[in-house]
Amino acid sequence: MTPSAIPPVRKSIRVNAASARAFELFTLGMHRWWPAAHTLNQGKPRETIVVEPRVGGRWYERATDGTICEWGNVILWEPPLRVVYAWRLDGSWTYDPNFLTEVEIRFTPDGDGTLVSLEHRNLERYGVHLERARAGLDSEDGWMGGLRLFAAQFE
Amino acid sequence: MAYPNAELLALANETRATILERLEKGPLTVGEIAAGLPVSRPAVSQHLRVLEAAKLVKEEYRGTRHIYQIDTTGLLVMRAWLDRFWTRSLDAFAQEIDRQNQQPPAPPSP
Repeated sequence: MTPSAIPPVRKSIRVNAASARAFELFTLGMHRWWPAAHTLNQGKPRETIVVEPRVGGRWYERATDGTICEWGNVILWEPPLRVVYAWRLDGSWTYDPNFLTEVEIRFTPDGDGTLVSLEHRNLERYGVHLERARAGLDSEDGWMGGLRLFAAQFE
Repeated sequence: MAYPNAELLALANETRATILERLEKGPLTVGEIAAGLPVSRPAVSQHLRVLEAAKLVKEEYRGTRHIYQIDTTGLLVMRAWLDRFWTRSLDAFAQEIDRQNQQPPAPPSP
């Protein structure tokens, strides 16, 4: 298998805002729109999402009780056109500073709006990483079971 | 397979990760996988069975060769889930922009 056997997720959407505003909302303003159902902090009510606006900046969610759930960090910070995040939540939705998939978002001016393009890549790393990180490996269900349990929160 | 302690379990996980890394370069027989690994062929076979159950590895016969290769099924399920996840996220992002655009302009300061 070559890495290209697991293609990246690629999505795009046009938004009715200039690129600078779109960039700011996607980064510093993420807490205003990130779906409440997409909380990754063990279901605790979310207080905010923080994106520290620099290379190496932290990216995390904070619950109303103060607990922090790290998601990753900023790899590339190029306002207003591009940001790349390190998404470090492994297949069991646990933060691991040694696990890396990249999420790149580009903001391309389109008339008086912006085309927002997202790519989440390196997905083949979930396979090997799961084997490194997971305890209780003997369960037949394995990480597929974990994924089903997690998905059940949202579906 | 039962592991008497966490150390052995971690070692087994690391061995399985190494097996996956080897298979990512191309399909291999049990013998080829075991070559150069400090584990026996029967141990490698057991690890492969666990990886098959997790849908990370699959086997097939090519002529006389009984080979193992990466099974992308589990990874593609993950990818499909992430695809839906990002679709929902981007939709929410676009809707927030529209919501902000619809707010009446702030009254002029006195």
